[in-house]
Amino acid sequence: MSAILPPSDRLWWKQPIDKVEWAWIGIAFVWGMIMFGMMIYWHIYGKQNLSNEAYKITPELFAAKAEKFIDENTIRTETDQHIPVVRVPPGGDGYLIARLWAWYPILELEEGQTYKIHLSSMDYNHGFSLQPVNINIQVIPGYEHVVKMTPTKKGTYAIVCNEYCGIGHSWMLGRIYVK
Amino acid sequence: MATTYRTCPISGMQFEDQAEKLMRWNAVAGVLWLLVGGVTALLVILTRWPAIKLLPADQFYLILTAHGIDMLILWILFFEMAVLYFASSVLLRCRIATPKIAWLGFWLMVVGGIITNVAVFQGESSVMFTSYVPMQAQPHFYLGIILVAVGALLGTCVFFGTLVVAKKDKTYQGSLPLVTFGALTAAIIATFTILSGAGILIPTFFWSMGWIKEIDAQLYRMVWWGLGHSSQQINVAAHVSVWYLTAAVLFNAKPLSEKVSRFAFLLYILFLQLASAHHLLSDPGMSAEWKVLNTSYFMYFAVMASMIHGFTVPGAIEAAQRRRGFTNGIFEWLRKAPWGNPVFSGMFISLVSFGFLGGISGVVLGTEQINMLMHNTFYVPGHFHTTVVSGTTLAFMSITFLLVPVLFRRELILPKLCQIQPYLYGISMGILGLVMMGAGTLGVSRRHWDMAFSGAPFQYEWPGAAYLMMGLTGIFGVIAVIGGGLWILLIVGSLLFGKKLDGGKVSDKPTPIPANTQAASAVAHGSDHVPVPGTVILALLLFVSFVLYYFVNWKYLSEVWLLS
Ligand code: HEM
Ligand SMILES: [Cu+2]
Repeated sequence: MSAILPPSDRLWWKQPIDKVEWAWIGIAFVWGMIMFGMMIYWHIYGKQNLSNEAYKITPELFAAKAEKFIDENTIRTETDQHIPVVRVPPGGDGYLIARLWAWYPILELEEGQTYKIHLSSMDYNHGFSLQPVNINIQVIPGYEHVVKMTPTKKGTYAIVCNEYCGIGHSWMLGRIYVK
Repeated sequence: MATTYRTCPISGMQFEDQAEKLMRWNAVAGVLWLLVGGVTALLVILTRWPAIKLLPADQFYLILTAHGIDMLILWILFFEMAVLYFASSVLLRCRIATPKIAWLGFWLMVVGGIITNVAVFQGESSVMFTSYVPMQAQPHFYLGIILVAVGALLGTCVFFGTLVVAKKDKTYQGSLPLVTFGALTAAIIATFTILSGAGILIPTFFWSMGWIKEIDAQLYRMVWWGLGHSSQQINVAAHVSVWYLTAAVLFNAKPLSEKVSRFAFLLYILFLQLASAHHLLSDPGMSAEWKVLNTSYFMYFAVMASMIHGFTVPGAIEAAQRRRGFTNGIFEWLRKAPWGNPVFSGMFISLVSFGFLGGISGVVLGTEQINMLMHNTFYVPGHFHTTVVSGTTLAFMSITFLLVPVLFRRELILPKLCQIQPYLYGISMGILGLVMMGAGTLGVSRRHWDMAFSGAPFQYEWPGAAYLMMGLTGIFGVIAVIGGGLWILLIVGSLLFGKKLDGGKVSDKPTPIPANTQAASAVAHGSDHVPVPGTVILALLLFVSFVLYYFVNWKYLSEVWLLS
């Protein structure tokens, strides 16, 4: 009879299901399909989809590519640590290194331009958390993730690290300028 | 092996001696871990409260690692072992299979739990409970968790064995009771979970010993979440079973339809494992197709299952209450429910919080593109405190109020405080979850010691609302800790000082469950169908909130930078 006893009707699987229950199952099913459809719809018509482009890479190789990019495009340095500010060519590629405990270098972008930003980590997992926009992407050592981004508003943005990466995690803050 | 069976005079349930001891020890061990976890919760909350910021960074990360492990792994797993033994040996009225192995499992879990805690508190293993490689903990950190997992696997096997014993000894007829069936799904998922756990933690242990050179960081995350997510499915299957159990004991409620409820449990087994994908939605190493397939096809069937239980549990209660004569209007059945009984109030708050807060936020968070708005923010712990705390922990707490007299044979002390505990804990935890999600929506990170970023080369000022949300997190977190502490006090106090109750008749043979007397008398189902309009309204309310919140988040997403 109750849920703690064996079903009183031994042939419980033959009992008809009540209309209301069917209706609820139907709603749940259709809703699931709508949510499924939404993700695909967004891939086709939406403007915010996480890039699929990723490669396996060693930290050394990624660092070398990033250094080359920095050497070629640095426009000035900032802070007393002389962190290079690097202007990413519009439509071009930019590199962002995540390492203990900094985002390197500072990138400078232009509003409305599309960039291919390459993300990778030199050591542990890190979390690319762009604020105050609030876009969050996992950064994993050994993987180069190429994310196409188009800034929609001018301003100074922070990159917070939001994957725990050790004692300096809380001061791992980076910067992106959008002109 | 000789054993005895006691029939509890209060509940009529039958307890086999060995099973009874196992349940008691497991439950008590669980409560002790909850105590440790609760102390760490207080320290975590007081550090994340920006106005207080109690601990220095290194201690904060250490304590947070302990909090995750002691709560999510140890408290929950020990209690679940007790639930498994209850659902098999007590509900089927049979002896427990191979009690020696069950004890071995128990002690492995105890020793493993202690070893891992020692590793954490020594300070060289502050890697969080997810222990993502290549950040490395001390070898005994992993070893302890492996021992816990092996112990839990042994307990799960004893559960399966007990089902076989019951079948062989013919202590019941027909099919398993629904609650036991739910526990069976939990146990099957547990087996899968523990195997994936072994698949990742054993190599990680070898790596920490220097026997393996490298573990791919992305692969680790994928296999680890095969453990991490499916274990949450064990929790859901377990607490849904506890909901059905509560409804059955307090209201003599029967499922609206055995077929539907069982089918919903089955869906958990079929589809939930793969939902681990939703932890990797913002990762580089998986394709969008893989993400969409796993989050939609696989996860949404499990969501459907939870939506079904969310309907059939209150539906079963409503039908039972209406049969008792509470038929006025749409909600008399609910108004006249035993709100002063903590077993009921806790269970009902658990049901509502899990559905409205945990369920909705979980599905939104698990949507491929929307995940980017929340991944690794404070939204994530906000979400799972409304599932594994408001849902699972509260359900376990409320059923314990029932178990103290029945299993531990003690009267509850301070009944007035027992009455308010579920409200105090449930409501503060619900609000805590909401404000944590609020902070996360504003971007605040999880596992982060310092909102002011002191020591960073730049500055970033969070919006004022984020500080407000974090302040509220502090306040409601402290209230929740008080609510949880009160529960531990009441339960431990009752076990030590509660009036001893009569244990009831002891016999050396089990009394089988009587063959189906109701079926003969009332031609059981079909004929006594009761409509459940109140539940329909609650369900529709859930659905409307769900749809609104879901689309609001797409709207948020459409406003951020363009990404492709
Ligand atoms: C009064 C009770 C509790 C309070 C106030 C509380 C508070 C918190 C807070 C604020 C965090 C997030 C810390 C951060 O990311 O910076 C957290 C994390 C966590 N909590 Fe709780 N919690 C409580 C109870 C529980 C319970 C009962 C469980 C499990 C059953 C639990 C499981 C976890 C887990 C797994 C984490 C994640 C740890 C990590 O990020 O590694 N908590 N808790
Ligand atoms: Cu970090």
